[in-house]
Amino acid sequence: MSAAAVEAQAATRLLLSGNEAIARGVWEAGCKVACAYPGTPSTEILENVALYPDLYAEWSVNEKVSMEVAIGASMSGARSFCAMKHVGMNVASDAFMTLTLAGVVGGMVVAVADDVGLSSSQNEQDSRFWGRFAHVPVLEPADSQEAYEMTKVAFDLSERFNTPVILRLTTRICHVKGLVTVGERDAHPISGFKLDAKRWVLTPANAKFALPRQIAREDALRAEAEMSELNVVDAGSDKRVGFVTSGPAFMHVRESYPDAPVLKLGFTYPLPVEKIKAFRAQVDKLVVAEETEPLIENELKAAGLHDIHGKDILPRLGELSPAALMPAIAKLLGEEPPPPATYAKIDPFPRPPTMCPACPHMGVYYTLSRLRKRVQISGDIGCYTLGAGHPWNALDTTISMGASMGIALGMDKARSPETKDKAVISVIGDSTFLHMGMQGLLDIVYNRGNVTTLLLDNRSTGMTGGQNHAGTGKDLHGEDAPRVDFAKLCEALGVKPERIKKVDPYKLPVLFKAIKDEIDVHEPSVIITDRPCVLSEFYDGFKPYAVVDQDCNGCGNCLNVGCPAITVSRTGVRQRPGMPDVELKFTTIDTAMCTGCHMCVDSCGPKAIVPLAQLKEAAQ
Amino acid sequence: MSDIITNILVCGIGGQGVMTAAEILSQTAIAKGFDVKKSEVAGMAQRGGVVTSHVRFGKKVWSPVITPGTADIVVGFELAEGSRWADMLRPGGVAMVNTIRLTPPVVSVGLFKYPEDPVAQMRAAGVTVYDFDAGAIARELGNLRLVNTIMLGAIADYLPFPATDLEEQIVGRFRAKKPAMVEVNQRAFALGREAARASQQSLAASA
Repeated sequence: MSAAAVEAQAATRLLLSGNEAIARGVWEAGCKVACAYPGTPSTEILENVALYPDLYAEWSVNEKVSMEVAIGASMSGARSFCAMKHVGMNVASDAFMTLTLAGVVGGMVVAVADDVGLSSSQNEQDSRFWGRFAHVPVLEPADSQEAYEMTKVAFDLSERFNTPVILRLTTRICHVKGLVTVGERDAHPISGFKLDAKRWVLTPANAKFALPRQIAREDALRAEAEMSELNVVDAGSDKRVGFVTSGPAFMHVRESYPDAPVLKLGFTYPLPVEKIKAFRAQVDKLVVAEETEPLIENELKAAGLHDIHGKDILPRLGELSPAALMPAIAKLLGEEPPPPATYAKIDPFPRPPTMCPACPHMGVYYTLSRLRKRVQISGDIGCYTLGAGHPWNALDTTISMGASMGIALGMDKARSPETKDKAVISVIGDSTFLHMGMQGLLDIVYNRGNVTTLLLDNRSTGMTGGQNHAGTGKDLHGEDAPRVDFAKLCEALGVKPERIKKVDPYKLPVLFKAIKDEIDVHEPSVIITDRPCVLSEFYDGFKPYAVVDQDCNGCGNCLNVGCPAITVSRTGVRQRPGMPDVELKFTTIDTAMCTGCHMCVDSCGPKAIVPLAQLKEAAQ
Repeated sequence: MSDIITNILVCGIGGQGVMTAAEILSQTAIAKGFDVKKSEVAGMAQRGGVVTSHVRFGKKVWSPVITPGTADIVVGFELAEGSRWADMLRPGGVAMVNTIRLTPPVVSVGLFKYPEDPVAQMRAAGVTVYDFDAGAIARELGNLRLVNTIMLGAIADYLPFPATDLEEQIVGRFRAKKPAMVEVNQRAFALGREAARASQQSLAASA
C-alpha cells in the first residue's frame, strides 16, 4: 500500500501500481463512497482508497452488496465506486443490470479486473461483454497513468450520460507499477436523495419507460466514443500492418512494432466503428490485438469490415505479450519468425504454493485424507482449495465462491449405487461462507439434505492477503466492528444446535472424532474450526517442536500433515521376512519455520516429536 | 539518453525479498531520470510459490513484461529459481545467483528431485553465471535479511548507472528509519559486489 500516494501533492510523480493509481483517481474525483469485496487482482484498490481522507470506504460481504452500496450512494447524489475481480461481476450483475435502466445521480464507476493469464482465478472471462450486455460505456486503461486518468474521466462520463461506467482492468494493469503524475481533489459535494418513484422503483411499468432512454443513451455514447480523445491514432511509418488494440495489449504492440500504425482504444464500448473504418483505409493489413475474446473483431466484421485479422492468427487465451504477437505477425507478413531464445529452458521441479506452517486448514485436510474412502468432498474458493493437492488430495470439486454447499446437496440428491454409502462433505472458509455460502446451507437444511459442512473459520480472507470481513470483528480500517457468531448463524439457518460443533483443528483426534460422528448422522451438520490464520493479527505462535532422530521410525506419517516446516532428512528401507519392503522417510522440523501448532505431534506414532526446548535440555 | 531498455528479472520464493529488491532497482532508475515499469506477481505465488518481478527501464518503456531472450540480468535469490528463469537472458546477459537451496515439500518427500548442480546446468546451456553464497555473507554480518542488499551489490557493476546510486537508494531507506542499519548495509553491498567480482574472475580464470 502506498502512503506516499496519499500524501503526494498535485503534480508529484510517483511509481504506482494500477491499483494504487486508481485509488488516487477515485479520491481526486471527489468520490464519497467506495466499496469492494477482495479478489485478485483488484484487492489493493480498496485497501489504498481506505487510506485517503474524506470518503467512506468498506469491505462489503460480497460484490453484489458492494454494487448495491455504491448504487445507494449514487442515488443520493454522491460520487460512488466499487471494485471487483471479473468473477465478482457475475455476483454483482443482478443489481447492475437494472441500475443501467435507472441511471445515476452521483457519478458511479465500477472497476472490474480480469485475470488474463489466470494468475489466481478459476476462469478467464472477458468483462468487456458487460458493456454490451448492460449498454454502458467501457474504458480500458493501458498503464498506471491511464488507470489514474481514466478513473476521473469515468466519473465525468457517468454523470454526463446518466450511466454507470465500467473501468475494465487486467492483471497487467493492477499489478504493474509505472510512473504517475497526480493531481488535485475535486469537491463534488453530495446533493442528497430526491424522491422520484418513477425513476427508482423499477416496476415493469416504470422500467418500460426507461428502456427507450437506455437505447438513446447508447447511441449518444457511440457518438461520444467516435469523438473521444481516449481513442488515438498513431499514424506510424510502416503501413504494412496496422493494429486496433486496447489495454496492456497496446503496450505489447508498441513494444513489438514501434513503427506500425496503431489505433489505440481507451473508450472501447460503444465501439467507434467509423473511426476504425477510416483507420482501416490507411493500412495494408489490419490486426485487432485484443486479449481473450474476439469482441472488437466480431463487431467490426458485423459492421462490414471483413478483411481484417484477429483471432485467426493470435492466441485466444492468455496475454498478447510480444512473445505471443511477434511470431503471428511475422507469419502474416510472410517473414521469418523471430529466432527462439538463445538458451535452452531449464525446468528444475515445480514449486506449487503450499499452506503455511501451522495453517489450521492442514489439520482438516490431514483428517479428511484419513477418511478419504468414505467421503466425497465439495470444496470452495480460498487457501483451502490447496487441499486438492499433495499430500492431502482431499478436495474433489471447486467451481465458484460459495458453491460448495449447493454442489454438495446436488451430489447428495444424485447418488448412484456406488456412492450411496459415501458421506458428502462441503468445505468452506469463513469469508466465503458469508460471501455466498449461507444460502447454500439454508438450502441443505430446507431440503433435508444429508451434508456435513466444515466451516473453516480462520478470521481472515486469507488467499487475497488477510482482509477483514463481517466475521473478523474488524473493518476495512482495522477498527473494531460487530462480529458474526457463526454457530448462532448456522442455528438460525435451521441446523439443529446439537449438530453444530466447534472444534480446535490443532487437536487432530478431536477433529477426527467430530467429523466421523457427524458423517454418521444423516442430517445437516456443521463443524466449525476456530483457529486463526497464522498470518493474521489474531494468531499467537507457540514454542517450536523438533524430531528426536533416534525415536523417528521413518513412517512418514507427519509428512501427510502437509506442513512445509517438516522435511525428509534421510530415507531407508524396512525389510522383514515374508513382507514387502517398506520405504522409510525420516524427518526433521525446520525450527525457524515451526510455530508449535502441535498437529504433527498428534500424527506421530512413536512420539518422536517433542518441544525443541525439551530436546535441547536433554542434550545438555 | 539512448533508446536502450534495461531488462532485469528478479526471481526467488515468496518472502525472500524479491519485490523489495525490484522496488529499489526501480526507484534508483527513476532517480536517474529513466521511465520505469515493474511487474509484480501476487495471489497464489505468495504461498511458498515462485515469485518473479520484471523491472524494465529506459527512455520510454512500453510493455511491462520482459520478452524471453532479452533480459540483461537474471537475479536469482535461490539457486534452482535462478536456473528456472535463465533462458530469459539475452546473449551476453548475466545470471547472478545466490547458491542457497530451498527445498519445497514436493522435493523433500521425493516426488521430484532438486538438481545436483543447477549452476553447471546453466553453464552447459551456455549461460554466463556468477554464483556465490549470499546467505553465508549475511550470516557473517549477523542478519539474514541482508541477502537483499548483498544481491543488489552483486549486480551493481552490471547496471547502466554507477553502483553508488543503487547503494544510496538502499542506504537512504535506512538512514531515515533505522540509522543503526546504515553501516552494515553498506558493508553488505560492498561484500556482494566483491563476491560477484570474485565469481566472475574465477570463471574467467577457468575459461
